[in-house]
Amino acid sequence: MDVGIIGYGVYIPRYRIRVEEIAKVWGEDPSRIKQGLMIEEKSVPAPDEDTATIAVEAARNALKRAKIKPQDIGAIYVGSESHPYAVKPTATIVAEAIEATPNLTAADMEFACKAGTAGIQACAGLVEMGMIKYGISIGADTAQAAPGDPLEYTAAAGGGAIIVGKNNDEALAEIEGTYSYTTDTPDFWRREMRPYPKHGGRFTGKPAYFRHVLSAAHGILRQLKLTPQDFAHAVFHQPNGKFPCQVAEELGFSKSQIVCGLVVPKIGNTYSGSTMIGLAAVLDKAKPGERILVVSYGSGAGSDAFSIQVKEAIEAKRDSAPKVDDFFNNKIYIDYPTYIKYRGLLVR
Amino acid sequence: MAAPRFWREIPNRYNLIGTKCGNCNKVLFPPRYICPHCRRMGKLEPYKLSRRGKIVTYGVVHVAPEGFEDQVPYVLAIVELEDGPRLTTQVVDCDPNEVKIGDEVELVFRRIGSDNEDGVIYYGFKFRKV
Repeated sequence: MDVGIIGYGVYIPRYRIRVEEIAKVWGEDPSRIKQGLMIEEKSVPAPDEDTATIAVEAARNALKRAKIKPQDIGAIYVGSESHPYAVKPTATIVAEAIEATPNLTAADMEFACKAGTAGIQACAGLVEMGMIKYGISIGADTAQAAPGDPLEYTAAAGGGAIIVGKNNDEALAEIEGTYSYTTDTPDFWRREMRPYPKHGGRFTGKPAYFRHVLSAAHGILRQLKLTPQDFAHAVFHQPNGKFPCQVAEELGFSKSQIVCGLVVPKIGNTYSGSTMIGLAAVLDKAKPGERILVVSYGSGAGSDAFSIQVKEAIEAKRDSAPKVDDFFNNKIYIDYPTYIKYRGLLVR
Repeated sequence: MAAPRFWREIPNRYNLIGTKCGNCNKVLFPPRYICPHCRRMGKLEPYKLSRRGKIVTYGVVHVAPEGFEDQVPYVLAIVELEDGPRLTTQVVDCDPNEVKIGDEVELVFRRIGSDNEDGVIYYGFKFRKV
């Protein structure tokens, strides 16, 4: 592949709710949940935030790093399972808000938590064949969880944007290759007009998350003839803290290889944003020459794996936009009643 | 609000596109068709405003208009942008007790409102403390 990452950016809403605050309501033991899910708190969108506003903020931050003319962007894809409209694209709102209109193609994508990485692949294909100069893919969500469902502890809000272009001097990283693994696995779904998703409990583990993430990771290692030792960092989709740690161990990655990109304990599962924000957290710190394995997961089910090598241009671009750590540290805690009001569950 | 009226203002609401007069160099927001200073001598061109500014004055809204009830108490401020124009805007993601005149603020993209449950959603600028 002759494709690189030209810019990246994230956005995480400022509000947080702690595990203790939710556990108190449902009479559960917070220490068990914190230990079991490896999560401390999750982000909550403000009442005037949604997937479109999060996608716009992430895309604007990516453009600050890319330092390109927005009119040179030929494709915008927004991956999410919480698009504000059922019919009317989020991607057109983003395109207008970053002044990339009107000469471009745009579409919304949906594949549970992996629609953002599917967008990266689409952009990479268009760049590779010369149809566009730059493409931007955004993964963003304001995840829904029914009150009292275990998902309530993790379903969070946030987004990440990746600008893809040719692998030249302005690329801050090279995308060396990509590999996907997809099957029909009903582990998590939301039917039309239903406010909350349903899931298969333990079925979301072995036949779903683990099978697809492991297969995609093995696939790309085989394709590029690489081993876990060739990577400085690895990022796996993070529905909770436990799953990515287990999958890393099974593949032969050490704790030190995944710690940089493990963002879920501080912000929760940002669904389509999860893998993208994990990658951004690594790019915030990685040195030129270091290689990163990235594997997303979307229920339903599928995984996209990427091998990414960091380049010199990262040093000049990294500080041009807020980093993941800046979002981690800039927060306002809210209580459970405020949380359900902000999520629109408490209506006067 | 009717969808076409909102649609006409998308460049102003999303990206603070105002106008600048080529004759007197004044920056105007919202955009104008005629320069109020130079009248027929004015030469107005679209102009992208700075996304940063300072709070000139503010109030805290406790009794909100329809659509903003769940956000009270919230800050409504007059912000002076770095290039001159002043605009009225909500200041979000902050404790109203921590807002002061002179605070630096930057543009954020937020949901402004919508036409009922099944209507168009309106997006645009608000500001947050830097």
